[in-house]
Amino acid sequence: MQKLNRRLGFLSSLPILAVFLVAFFAPLMVVALFSVMPPKVFNLTNTPDFSAYSVFFEQGYYRSLLWSLGMALGSTAILLIVCWPLAYGMAKVFRGFTLVLTVAVVMSLFVSENIRLFGWVLTLMKGGLIEGHIRAWTGIGFDSPLYGIPIIVFGLVYVYLPFMLFPLAQGISMVPDDARQAAADLGATRWQILTQIDIPLAAPGIIVGCLLSFVLAAGAVAEAKILGGQAVITIADDIETAFTFGQDWPLGSALSVILIFIIGSLSLLGVSRVDLDRIMGRKR
Amino acid sequence: MPASRSTRIVLLVYGLVVIGLLYLPLVSVGFASVSQARYLSFPIKRYSYKWYAEVLESGTVRDLLFTSLSVALIVMILSVVIAFFGALAFARYEWRYRSIFQKLILLPIFFPQTVLGLALLMWFNALGIIPSWKTAVVAHLVWIAPISTLIVAIRAYSFDPALEEAARDLGANTPTILREITLPLLLPGLVSSGLFALLLSWGNFPLSLFTTGADSTLPEWLYAKMVSGYSPLVPTLGIMSVVTSIVLILTAFAVAWLARSIRDSHAA
Repeated sequence: MQKLNRRLGFLSSLPILAVFLVAFFAPLMVVALFSVMPPKVFNLTNTPDFSAYSVFFEQGYYRSLLWSLGMALGSTAILLIVCWPLAYGMAKVFRGFTLVLTVAVVMSLFVSENIRLFGWVLTLMKGGLIEGHIRAWTGIGFDSPLYGIPIIVFGLVYVYLPFMLFPLAQGISMVPDDARQAAADLGATRWQILTQIDIPLAAPGIIVGCLLSFVLAAGAVAEAKILGGQAVITIADDIETAFTFGQDWPLGSALSVILIFIIGSLSLLGVSRVDLDRIMGRKR
Repeated sequence: MPASRSTRIVLLVYGLVVIGLLYLPLVSVGFASVSQARYLSFPIKRYSYKWYAEVLESGTVRDLLFTSLSVALIVMILSVVIAFFGALAFARYEWRYRSIFQKLILLPIFFPQTVLGLALLMWFNALGIIPSWKTAVVAHLVWIAPISTLIVAIRAYSFDPALEEAARDLGANTPTILREITLPLLLPGLVSSGLFALLLSWGNFPLSLFTTGADSTLPEWLYAKMVSGYSPLVPTLGIMSVVTSIVLILTAFAVAWLARSIRDSHAA
């Protein structure tokens, strides 16, 4: 039986591994190879010279990377605070409303990110939904908050909310009610329950939520382009430009490799600390 | 420690505010799509449906819808098949590299999609494949198949392996067990993963951007129009895309409900 299980497990993993091999790992190899090619070549038959990596430091691309990482860090911190009460409600307080909230949040994911960000532009622009109506009713207008760094962070928080909310709710639902009750009976304050019971026991959910939102936000382009009016250039935007307008594949590849390295090592570090069987509700 | 009444109310209101904010931008898009003026400004003075008529008559839009739908349907079918087996390897069978496999599955989800799209573009170029909507299917699959796998895996965790073992003891071979036991048990998970795959592919932009070549999907076209200045067709088409998603979801719910009531009436 065990032997059969082992064979079946291996066999059933093959379809998705085949997809990964031809459409994920192979392309990443190509990126890695291109990143060491001399500037502006379009095939891999040149002598490697690593010049693209020195451009990263010389031409200030590291600044885009720092902006991306900084904004991702900021939006992750905000998301953690914004989502915690809601996730707590979903896991412990709401009954039927948890389903309503889940369906509402998931449905929003199916609308293209572009359309939703464009909707924020229409909402917040001068003469938009908010400013236009307020000016019509009171006669007092105000400047649009668009095209700045805070609005980009807002866009990141908005777009990646589901990726923090659901893992967090899952994590909090893993905290046994008995443990909170016992702590309360023994005289623990709300703050003590939060920091000594809830947070440690919900840690897997917190790790996955933070990791997902940070990683996705670090590789984001659309928020800075649509809401930020390119007030800052994100690293993913630089990568895109290098490939399209720049026509410099080795540079784009080198920037990609740097981003992939940071994101990949963070993901591996985080994911290796989490027991996926437990967080996804294995019963046996 | 049940939450007090006031905590419950405060959290409920907070939840409603969050839902409201999630959908506020779509309200603006909705209003913009029925504004008559070519240059939008709120409050809207005159309403008209003429942009909808214009969109419906446009041949470009028909091509866009056809491309987007073809990609989404193919991605859905392939993802469900891959996810069925993937989920069994993820959650059901005990095999040696299972925990590594579980972590591997997550990698594409954590990966920046724009970069993945560009990497695929270079890979196709190296292979001498000219990108078209078919290559976009491959790109979508890398990202969507793992998500589908996770959704089916949640279902696979909750089923009792004893059912399969009993069938095997009674002499059933592996294909029979998969067809008669495993497939029906995982069906609800497969349906929801198919729905996710369809809708995520329908709305995806970053992966399509670099992998569709000369073809264009709906989100790509919308983005191109958005960055090149305002066009009243953008909100109109945006709303139509959202409505299509809603119709798909409602159809899926209706089919699921119908299937259940038919099964129940058979059982009774």
